[in-house]
Amino acid sequence: MIGKSVPRVDAYEKVTGRAKFTEDLLPKKCLVAKVLHATIGNGIVKSIDTSEAEIMEGVVKVVTFHDVPDHCYPTPGHPWSVELAHQDVADRNLLTGRVRYYGDDIAAVVAEDEIIASRALKKIKVEYEEYPVEIHPRKSMYGSKPPIHFDKKDNVLARSNYFIGDVDKGMEEAETVVKGTYKTPIVQHCHIENPISYAYMEKGRIVVVTSTQIPHIVRRVIGQALGIPWGNVRVIKPYIGGGFGNKQDVLYEPLNAFLTTQVGGRPVKLDISREETFCNTRTRHSIEFDLAAGVDKEGKLVAKDMHSYSNQGAYASHGHAIAANGLTSWRLQYACPNIRGEAYTIYTNTPVGGAMRGYGIPQVCFAIECFMDDVAEAIHMDPLEFRRKNLIEGYYEDRYLKPIAANTNGIFECLKKGAEYIHWDEKRKKYAKQTGAVRRGVGMALFSYKTGVWPISLEIAGARLSLNQDGSVQLQLGATEIGQGADTVFSQMVAETLHTDMAHVHIQTVQDTDVSPFDTGAYASRQSFVTGTAVKHCAEILRDKILAYAKTLLPEVDTRELSLRDNWIWAGEEQAISLAALAEESYYSLTNSSVLTAEVSEQVKKNTIATGCCFAEVEVDIKLGKIKILHIINVHDSGKLLNPQLAEMQVHGGMSMGMGYGISEQLILDEKTGRPLNGNLLDYKLMTMLDTPDIKADFVEMDDPMGPYGNKALGEPPAIPSAPAIRNAVLHATGVAFNENPLTPQRLIDGFKKAGLI
Amino acid sequence: MYDIEKYYNAKTVSEAVSLLKEHPDARIISGGSDVLIKIREGRMAGTSLVSIRDVEEIKGITRNEDGDILIGAGTVFSHITADPIIQKYIPVLGEAVDQVGGPQIRNIGTIGGNICNGAVSADSVPTVFSYNSLLHIANEDGGRIAPVREFYLGPGRVDLHPGEVLTHVVIPKKEYAGYHGHYIKYSMRNAMDIATLSCSVVSKIDTAKNILEDVRITFGVAAPVPYRCVETEEKLKGRTLDEGLYQELEESVRGEIHPRDSWRASRDFRLQIGGEIAKRALIRTAELAGEDTCKGGEEA
Repeated sequence: MIGKSVPRVDAYEKVTGRAKFTEDLLPKKCLVAKVLHATIGNGIVKSIDTSEAEIMEGVVKVVTFHDVPDHCYPTPGHPWSVELAHQDVADRNLLTGRVRYYGDDIAAVVAEDEIIASRALKKIKVEYEEYPVEIHPRKSMYGSKPPIHFDKKDNVLARSNYFIGDVDKGMEEAETVVKGTYKTPIVQHCHIENPISYAYMEKGRIVVVTSTQIPHIVRRVIGQALGIPWGNVRVIKPYIGGGFGNKQDVLYEPLNAFLTTQVGGRPVKLDISREETFCNTRTRHSIEFDLAAGVDKEGKLVAKDMHSYSNQGAYASHGHAIAANGLTSWRLQYACPNIRGEAYTIYTNTPVGGAMRGYGIPQVCFAIECFMDDVAEAIHMDPLEFRRKNLIEGYYEDRYLKPIAANTNGIFECLKKGAEYIHWDEKRKKYAKQTGAVRRGVGMALFSYKTGVWPISLEIAGARLSLNQDGSVQLQLGATEIGQGADTVFSQMVAETLHTDMAHVHIQTVQDTDVSPFDTGAYASRQSFVTGTAVKHCAEILRDKILAYAKTLLPEVDTRELSLRDNWIWAGEEQAISLAALAEESYYSLTNSSVLTAEVSEQVKKNTIATGCCFAEVEVDIKLGKIKILHIINVHDSGKLLNPQLAEMQVHGGMSMGMGYGISEQLILDEKTGRPLNGNLLDYKLMTMLDTPDIKADFVEMDDPMGPYGNKALGEPPAIPSAPAIRNAVLHATGVAFNENPLTPQRLIDGFKKAGLI
Repeated sequence: MYDIEKYYNAKTVSEAVSLLKEHPDARIISGGSDVLIKIREGRMAGTSLVSIRDVEEIKGITRNEDGDILIGAGTVFSHITADPIIQKYIPVLGEAVDQVGGPQIRNIGTIGGNICNGAVSADSVPTVFSYNSLLHIANEDGGRIAPVREFYLGPGRVDLHPGEVLTHVVIPKKEYAGYHGHYIKYSMRNAMDIATLSCSVVSKIDTAKNILEDVRITFGVAAPVPYRCVETEEKLKGRTLDEGLYQELEESVRGEIHPRDSWRASRDFRLQIGGEIAKRALIRTAELAGEDTCKGGEEA
C-alpha cells in the first residue's frame, strides 16, 4: 500500500461538504467574543473605560487587561522542555496594558451576537501614553527606552553563533572574496480558514474546540496561561482549513478559555477576521543576512561567513528557533573548511514572527542561493557548475547536532533532472546576450531540510490500534491532518504493515485530548517520519498479537508458520482462518475473549536530511516591471514516496507559496506605527490561478534507512527553493541582481532604472 | 453578519426614488460588492439600504433607432461582456469589465455601481470616459442627463444628489462609430485585483493614410478622478502614426497625469507604467483598426 496513489481518505467528505470544521460544530446559543486591539504601536494604556459597553443590551461581559492573570505564558508549538534553560520564553499575558505592537490585545467583549460585540468595542474608551515605534531589528537591537520587554534591555531576544576552522585566514587566502546583503519580507500563511475556536465548561473543566495543528500543546498552554491543572483542559481539533505553521502556535485559545470562565461556562466563539489573522496571529520572520565567501582558483569555497538579523516582532513565540535553524543550514550541504555563523533574533514593534512552512529555511535559502549565483557570477562560472563543484556528494552529517545527517543524498540526481527539464545548458547560452525590452532567463536554487526536530527538541508520538469485530482496524493518533494528507498516509502505513487494504483501516480524524494518544502535532515535516515510526511499531505489535491469538485458535500449527496477509491468517501457504473470523472470536469467545489492541508512545531519536532544487525560466517585461514564469520545476529527494499523487500535490502547493514569496507576497508595515498597510487578501498579493504557471514536480526516490518506510521530509521543503530560483532567472535575463524579495513590479522598475535598462 | 439597520427593496426606479426621499439616510445598494465591504469594514456599519437589484427596467443593453447604445445601470459585468451589441460596437468595454475581480464579482457587480462608487480604479470608467458617455439620472423632477466627464467630484465622490438614481449609461453613436478602443489594466496580479493604474485609449484612424484622426486617452488611478489626457490628445490628433508619435505620446502622458505616491506604488513607478500602457493601448487600437472590416460599426 506504501508507494501507491490511493485516494485521500477525507476526499469525499471534503468535496461534498460533509466534513465538519470548527464553525460547523458551534453549539446553539453560542456567545460571540471580539477583541479590542490597540491603535498605537508602542506604549501603555493609561486608562480604559468600559462602562458604556457594559450597559449595552446584549453585552454579557467585558474584560480588560486588568482582569486577566498577571503571569506570562509561552505560545509556540514546541514540545515542553523539562529543562528550565530550554523552556520557551513566557512573555505574553492574555490581554495587556503594555502595548508592544499596533493591534496588541487590550480588552475583549462577550456578547449575544457579532454585531452587538462590534458595536460594544466602539464604546470602549482608551487613553494611551505613546513610546517611539521601532520596526527595524538592526535599529531595535541597540535598545530602546523602555525596552519592549523589561528583561531584555537591548531588545535582543537571543543570539547564537559558531566557528568552524578559521574564516579570517580562509578569506585572506582566497582567490576571490564576494560579499552580499540579502533581505526577506514578512509574509503570512494565508490558510483559508482563519483561526477560530469556541470554548465552554463541562463538569468544572474547560473544553476548547479549535482549528489547530497541535491540540495537545494547546491544552498545555491553556493550562499554563490560566494557571490551572492541565488535566482540567480538554482540546478538540476537528477538520481544519490549513495551518502552514500559524496554527503551530497557541493563538487565541487561552483567551477564549478564559472568557468562558467569565460567563459561567457558557459557550463562547472567538472567530477572528482575516485582517486580525494578518496582524494579530503569526507571520514569517523577515531576516536580513550579511554574507561573505572566499573561493579558490578552482572555484571551491574556502571560507563562508554569515551574520543574520531576524525580526521577531513584539512577542517571542517561536523566537530564536527560526533564525537558529537557518544558521544551522549555513553549515550543511556545501563543503567548506572554514565557516562562521551568527544569528540575532530581535524584538521590534511589529506583528509577531512565528512558525511558517520551512521554519527559517525559505529565508536563509533565499540569501544563500542568491549569494551562490552572485559568487558564481563574480568568478565567471556557470552557477550550476559552481554548485556541483561545491556540494557534498553522498553522506554527510551535521558537525554539532548529532544524529542529523544526510543518510541518503539525491541532490546531484535532482540537479540533473531539473537541468534537463529546463534545458539549462542550451538556455544559459541562448539568453546570455539579450538587448530587448523583453528578456528571458533561467535560474536555479537548492536546499536541504531536516526531518523533524530531534535532537534540538523532543520527538514523541503516540498511536493506538484496535481490531474491530469484522477484522477492520481503528487507528487513533495525536498527530493531525491539516490538509497535507496525513490521515491518508497513516492509513496506508497500517494497511502496509498489517497487509490489508485501505477499506479495512478506519482512522479517527478528530483529535480530542481526552481520548487521542499524545503527539505534539503537525509541524517540522515530522509526522510521516516520527508518527510514522510509532504507527509502524503499533501495527507490528497488533500484527503479533493477532498471530498470537491465532495460535490459540490453531493449536496444531507451528507459530513460525503463521502469517497475516490479505485479511487471512496463513499457515504456511494455506489460508487457516480469516481475520474477520478471528476478530469475531476475539470479542465473543466464551472461553477466550480479549479484544486485540495495541498502543505505543514512542520517542524517536532520529533525523535525516531531505533535499531538492528548483529550476525556473522567466520572461521579464522590463518596461512594465513584470515577471512571467514560463516553466518551473521542483525536484525533491524526500526518500521513498508514501503516496506519489499526494506528494505531487504537496509540491504544487509549496511551489505556489514559493513563487508568491519570490514575486508578490509581503506584509507592508507603516513606518510610524508598525500597522500592517496591506493586511487583507486584496492588498496582500497572494498569487491567483491566473498568475500561476504550469507547475512541474519530480522526485528522486532513495530508500532512507531512518524513515519508517524509507521516507524523509516533504511537508515543508516544496515551499523553499522557488523564490531564489526565480530571482536567479531574472538575474540571468537582465543582469540585475535583486537582493530583496519579493521581486515586485515596483522593485523591478526601480532596479531597472538604476541599472540603466529604462 | 452585516450591521444593516433597515433594508428597503425597490421594484421600480420611481419606487427607488421615493424610498430614497422617505429615508434620506439610506444608501443605494445594487450588486453590493462595494457597499457590503464598507459595511463589513465598519465604514458604513449601521446604515439603511435601498436595494435596486430587483429593478428590471435598468438591466440590459439596447441600441436605439439613432444607433445610440443604452446600458442599464443595473447590468452586471458578465452580461456586458457577453452582450452582442457590446461585442459588435464597443468590445473594449466588455473586455474592460471582464477584468473586474473574479467571476463571482462579475456576476453581481453592476456598471452603475462601478461608476457611482466613485473609485478611480473602477475598470469600466476609463472606457466610459473615452466614449464621452452620458449618464441618465432619475429623480423626483423627471430626471437629468449628465456627461460622465462632469460626474466625478473627487475621490469616492460623484455628482449624485440625494434621491437620485443612475439608470442608464448612454454612448451616442457619433462617439463610437469608426472608433476602436483598447483598455489596459495594470495591476499587481492577473485576477482578483484592482488597478494600480489603468488606461483606455479610443482612436479613430484613417488606415489608408495612416493618420490618427481622433484619440481619447483616459486614465484610472492617475489623479483624484478618472483623468482624460486632453493636452496629449490635442497634440496627437491629425498626425501620422509612427514611432515618433508613440514616443511623444509616452512622454506627453507622463507630463500630464498626476499619480499619487503611496505604499501601493510610487509616483515615479506609475509615471513609467502610465506612459508605457498608453503607448501599448494606442498601438493595439491601430492594429484593431487595421484588422477591422466594418470600421468600428460605422457602417452598421
